[in-house]
Amino acid sequence: MGSQPHDATPGGAGASVPAETTESAESHHSDVTLRVNGTSRTLTLDHRRALLDVLREDLDLTGAKKGCDHGQCGACTVLVDGRRVNSCLLLAVSLDGREVVTVEGLGDGDGEVHPLQQAFLDRDAFQCGYCTPGQICSALGAVDEAAMGHPSHVTDPGRPSGRPMPLDRDEIRERLSGNLCRCGAYPHIVDAVEDVIR
Amino acid sequence: MKPFAYVRAGSVEEAAEAYATRPGARYLGGGTNLVDLMKLGVEEPRALIDVSRLPLDTVTELPDGSLRIGATVRNSDAAAHPAVRDRWPALSQALLAGASGQLRNTATTGGNLLQRTRCPYFQDVTKPCNKRQPGSGCGALDGVHRDHAVLGHSETCVATHPSDMAVALAALDARIELYGADGVRSVPADRFHRLPGDRPERDTEIRPGELVTGVVLPAATAGLPSLYRKARDRASYAFALASVAAVLRVEGGVVQQVGIAFGALAHRPWRAERAEAALLGAAPTRAAFEHALDLELEAARPLRDNAYKVPLARNIGVDVLTRLAPPAATDLT
Repeated sequence: MGSQPHDATPGGAGASVPAETTESAESHHSDVTLRVNGTSRTLTLDHRRALLDVLREDLDLTGAKKGCDHGQCGACTVLVDGRRVNSCLLLAVSLDGREVVTVEGLGDGDGEVHPLQQAFLDRDAFQCGYCTPGQICSALGAVDEAAMGHPSHVTDPGRPSGRPMPLDRDEIRERLSGNLCRCGAYPHIVDAVEDVIR
Repeated sequence: MKPFAYVRAGSVEEAAEAYATRPGARYLGGGTNLVDLMKLGVEEPRALIDVSRLPLDTVTELPDGSLRIGATVRNSDAAAHPAVRDRWPALSQALLAGASGQLRNTATTGGNLLQRTRCPYFQDVTKPCNKRQPGSGCGALDGVHRDHAVLGHSETCVATHPSDMAVALAALDARIELYGADGVRSVPADRFHRLPGDRPERDTEIRPGELVTGVVLPAATAGLPSLYRKARDRASYAFALASVAAVLRVEGGVVQQVGIAFGALAHRPWRAERAEAALLGAAPTRAAFEHALDLELEAARPLRDNAYKVPLARNIGVDVLTRLAPPAATDLT
């Protein structure tokens, strides 16, 4: 009885039989094509699967990390169509045709890391490293957003729209607040981001 | 998570049709709340109707000076839009005070309005919650309720609505545009969300199958000074303990127009109509703002552990109104 509201269908079981039949004929899987780090990948996916799990389990791209799995920590951050997002909250089926870039796709392909990855190394911007791929993808997204003129919570509302927003330390801290670091490497992360925007 | 069918809608009509023919369907926008609730077992849709690619992704200036923000415009894009920043700044500020950069890039205008409470009892299927399972009781009433409502709550539900955006829309006299089986209609933003009463499972006035298609900011509040201020436990990326959005027009030394809405105090953005009535025609002094907000908050009925919200809301409200008033006016105190 306790679970009845969850299972009940409008109109009761008898009335819903035709609809049930229709629904059971519908698939719970779909073919999905994602372009991941420049390579087109087509997969047959259960609709329930999050982008993060597809990247890690199907495509062996384990850079994006599962921290909270609820969009609260930022460890799963990747870029979709150039914008930073929490891959744990995105159903892969909804991303058909989208372009995904993970931390593995940031280098130049010849073994050279991205300048922001180098800055994280130079500035010792991590301790355990678990949040680092998400921090790096998030910071790249944030730098692009500022260049496009996106304000943040700490931006002076009087600053004109449509022009790049300069990033001081307060701006970097605010814009990266969706990425938690339990080791507390925040000061050095801000240093590393400052290195690449100078 | 239970298996579900997935349908990507190409038009508003197609979305409504897909919803109507599938029992247990839910619309999927950015999914930042819905997918989370599915992981938690709070939502168990049998079909998702993906509306995130509907052609509702533009911000449009209308001939009468109002502005329509389409339902699939991402929160980050709405916040950065020059017309929003210049003419309805409280909305841009409210959006930027919410969530994180990643979430704002995903979350949609329509989805933001329809997000559910973050009450921990609602989000935990092992706990009683009248909103999630009508008749099961309210765990928060005598439980952990520091973040909960002080205004307009009932014995059945003390949850608050978590949106920052909706608070600014309420203060700015925005309207919510809806499409459904009965056609197109629009609802004032400050009447879109409900108080719980004895039906806490209903968050809004939306009808089954209706789809939010956009939000319209009216010419009547365009270009007026407006602000949003949010108090929270940390400087960024946290839900409000109390927040306030206000718009103020002062002419001839008196308040000619005012809109005030509080967030995180009630089951919906709390439009401070009593305070507004007290301020119309009055000189915009700090004393007048204090008096008006004290009048408004006389209705507050704090729970055991959240009485702090009443002075907090009052003080950030006075601060925002004082900053919106012409500098000379507030010197008169």
